[in-house]
Amino acid sequence: MSHDNDDHGHDHRSSDNHWSELTLRVKALESLLVEKKLVEPAALDAFIDTYETKIGPRNGARVIARAWSDPAYKARLLTDASAAIAEFGYTGRQGEDMVVLENSAKVHNLVVCTLCSCYPWPVLGLPPVWYKAAPYRARAVREPRAVLAEFGVTLGGDVEVRVWDSTAELRYLVLPERPAGSEDLSETELGLLVTRDAMIGTGLALPVASLSKRGCP
Amino acid sequence: MNGAHDLGGIDGFGAIGSAADEPIFHAEWERRVFAMALASGFHGRWNIDMGRFAREDTDPLTYLRATYYEQWLRGLRRLLVERGLVSASELASGQAEGPGPRPAIPAARVAALLAKGGSARRAGNAPARFQAGDAVRVKNAHPQGHTRMPRYCRGRVGVIERDHGIFVFPDSNAINGDERPQHCYAVCFSAESLWGADAEPRDRVYIDLWDDYLEPA
Repeated sequence: MSHDNDDHGHDHRSSDNHWSELTLRVKALESLLVEKKLVEPAALDAFIDTYETKIGPRNGARVIARAWSDPAYKARLLTDASAAIAEFGYTGRQGEDMVVLENSAKVHNLVVCTLCSCYPWPVLGLPPVWYKAAPYRARAVREPRAVLAEFGVTLGGDVEVRVWDSTAELRYLVLPERPAGSEDLSETELGLLVTRDAMIGTGLALPVASLSKRGCP
Repeated sequence: MNGAHDLGGIDGFGAIGSAADEPIFHAEWERRVFAMALASGFHGRWNIDMGRFAREDTDPLTYLRATYYEQWLRGLRRLLVERGLVSASELASGQAEGPGPRPAIPAARVAALLAKGGSARRAGNAPARFQAGDAVRVKNAHPQGHTRMPRYCRGRVGVIERDHGIFVFPDSNAINGDERPQHCYAVCFSAESLWGADAEPRDRVYIDLWDDYLEPA
């Protein structure tokens, strides 16, 4: 996985001029919409705050940890994901109709949206830049194993890779394999092993040993 | 339309370039564009498929050069004028010529609106043309307008994995809000059927496709 891409996808466009013009253009549009009373600045702040501070992958991690701990919940999650996720109060925009995909020793699921940026907001928040950008959208369906390798995931030849292209209004969440040796962990501790990427399918759940490094709650 | 947004299978974009600890938004203007797009969308003057088409319907170079929220800004400016919330001269001058046709969404309603969302699932008894296990061929069709039928699967044979139920049909919904509700399926394609004999024989791609995109195989 590359960590040296700090241009946020703004390559070819790095001139300060471009970004300052854009900033002014966006400010002008907001002023116009406010003046026409089509938007309320406080409401804009509320939309932003929701996805910056309230809704993110910790939601999905709680769902996954519950599924690992509670077989009845897992059964509900796999048969009616929207209802099972709503038990946590995670509902609404870009997660109205959810499907959960279970990974196993023989099956690895990977989610992409080749046409735009469809992503399950109520459980994962807004997608990262790479999920919305051309390389992932172009390559995930064509060479998923090479993509996974860039994320540090190498699968055996006996594992079937299933790529899910979110072309409709279904939103997909991957249920990663429960890490080995996690039998004695609490649901809260299990949740700390569930990463955003594991729920997209570009990663695996963290090993139990990572808990001591991160500091156990 | 056969636009640059339809990225599945294109080679040459290079590495995914995922970044650790990436912020949700990279600049203040991105926050404001995101929020203005959501707030304006809640006026109900356009639907999600019109929103997607407004971002897709441009020349390929413009689409590919833009960052994600630049695409959103371009789509929003177009929809505001096309759908009658702002006039073209107001957008050009930045000066309001009068109040908008609808009151702003108040901040107090934001959380409830997001939690409610808007499912594209529809009740009714539209008959399912296919059932799980049926072999289907994606039509070799190239609609000029909006479609959620990726180019990389057109003409290819897959198998119905599951029937998701009845959903709004994006091609017609994007034109005039004509929902034409019909069954939408997860269709399973072998990697070989999409990418040829060099593909991993074990791997699969699942694509959500509506009745009108499919014919019996």
